[in-house]
Amino acid sequence: MLITIKYFGQIAEVTQREEESLEFSGSLISELIEYIYSKYGILKKKDFQIAQNQELVSLETKISGKEIALLPPFAGG
Amino acid sequence: MNRYNRHIILSEIGQEGQDKISKAKVLVIGAGGLGCPVLQYLTAAGIGTLGIVDFDVVELSNLQRQVLFGTSSLGENKASAAKKRLEDLNDSISIVAYPEKLTHKNAVDLFNQYDIIVDGSDNFATRYLVNDATVITNKPLVFGSIYKFEGQVSVFNYNNGPSYRCLFPTPPEKGTVPNCSEIGVLGVLPGIIGSMQANEVLKIILGLGQPLSGKLLCYNALNNQSITLKINKSASEIETVLDKKDSFHSQDVEEICDIEIDTISITEVINQTNIQIIDVRETHETPKVDSLDVTYMPLSVLESQLDKINPEKTKAIFCQSGIRSKKAVSMLKAFEIKNCYSLIEGASEINEFCQSADKLKIK
Repeated sequence: MLITIKYFGQIAEVTQREEESLEFSGSLISELIEYIYSKYGILKKKDFQIAQNQELVSLETKISGKEIALLPPFAGG
Repeated sequence: MNRYNRHIILSEIGQEGQDKISKAKVLVIGAGGLGCPVLQYLTAAGIGTLGIVDFDVVELSNLQRQVLFGTSSLGENKASAAKKRLEDLNDSISIVAYPEKLTHKNAVDLFNQYDIIVDGSDNFATRYLVNDATVITNKPLVFGSIYKFEGQVSVFNYNNGPSYRCLFPTPPEKGTVPNCSEIGVLGVLPGIIGSMQANEVLKIILGLGQPLSGKLLCYNALNNQSITLKINKSASEIETVLDKKDSFHSQDVEEICDIEIDTISITEVINQTNIQIIDVRETHETPKVDSLDVTYMPLSVLESQLDKINPEKTKAIFCQSGIRSKKAVSMLKAFEIKNCYSLIEGASEINEFCQSADKLKIK
C-alpha cells in the first residue's frame, strides 16, 4: 500500500522533508514506526504522537489509511 | 459611538453577545509571544476581567515579537507592563497583573477565579501544570504553542472534551525539545497562533461556531498548510490528574523539573566570603548548623521567601541528606535565580567538617 507520511517540527528536521510517500506492506502502526526508525534512527530519541487519516492513533492500531502524520509536542510561546 | 459597535452590528454577536464578553473572566498564562496578541485582542474585545500571569521581565530580544512592549518597558515585569499598555487600549475593563510564577501552590486558587484559561507559556513544566490545574478546576483551556515556523492550537477540557495529556500524556525527556530562546522563532508566528487562541476564547464565550475541542490545529507558516487532527479523550489520563487533586498544591517540583543540578562540596564553600549558605530544612529539624552564617528558607515556604536570596552571591544549599537541597536548586533555577548549588553534605556532615576545621585552627 502506498502511504504518505507527514512530518512536523523537529521530526521534519530529522527526516529533512515535510512528507514522503512509501510502499509499505505491514499491518500495524507499530510496524510502520519500526520501519521509520530503521530509516531515521535519531527519531527513537524524539517524542511524537501518530495520526492516521487525521485522527490520533496508538501503536497497536491497524494501518487503514493512506496518510500518517508524526507530531511532536512544541513548548514555545 | 459605542466602542464595540462593530461587534454589536454583527447579528451573530449583537448587544447580547457583547454583554457576554463583558461578563467573561479570562486568565492568560504568560505575556510573551503568544500572550501579547491574545491579551491585545481580548482587551480590545472588552473581556470584563483579564488576568495576566508572568514573572519575567521585558528584554530587548522580546521586542521582535512581543508586540505589547516597547523600549520604555525594558526591565519591567511583563504582567505589569502589559497591564499598563492594555489599560490605555481599553480603560473600561478590569485588568489584573500577577507578576509571579505559576506554581502548583497558586494555580488552582487562581484558576477558580476565572472562566477560561489561556496557555501562552514557553516550557513543558508550565504547560503540564496549566493542563492539570484546568482539569482539576474544570475550566476550558485554550492552548497554543510554537516551534520555529509551526504552531499548534487546541481547546482542551471543554464540555467534557480531551485534555492536553490525552494528546501528549507525559512531558518529553529533558533537553529534547528546544524552546524559542534556544532555537529562534519567526516573529509573526506567535502573532498568528495567539490571534487564533483569542478567536477560540471569543467563540467559547459567545457560543459561536465550533471551538477546537477534541482537535489539534497544526499550522505551518512557510507553506501555509494547516491540518486539523482529531484527538480522543483518554479517561485514564484525566482520572490520573483528578486523583492527585488533594495533594496538587504540594506536588513535587522535581517531577516536572528537567534541569541538571549542580553540586558543590563543603570544602569548596567554607571560608568563602562570596557564598550564601542556605538551609532548606523545616524550622524544627536538627542539628542546626550554628558555626556558619546560615540563611533559613524551609522548602515548604521557599517560594515566598525569595527576597532572602542574595543575588550577588553564590548560593550553597543544604538539607539533611542532599535530596531536598537538589529540589530547592531546581526550584530556584525555575525562578531564574543563578549560581545555585546543592551541597553534597547534609547538616550533620557539615557540622562534623566545621568542628574538625576548628580543631585544626586551634592546633
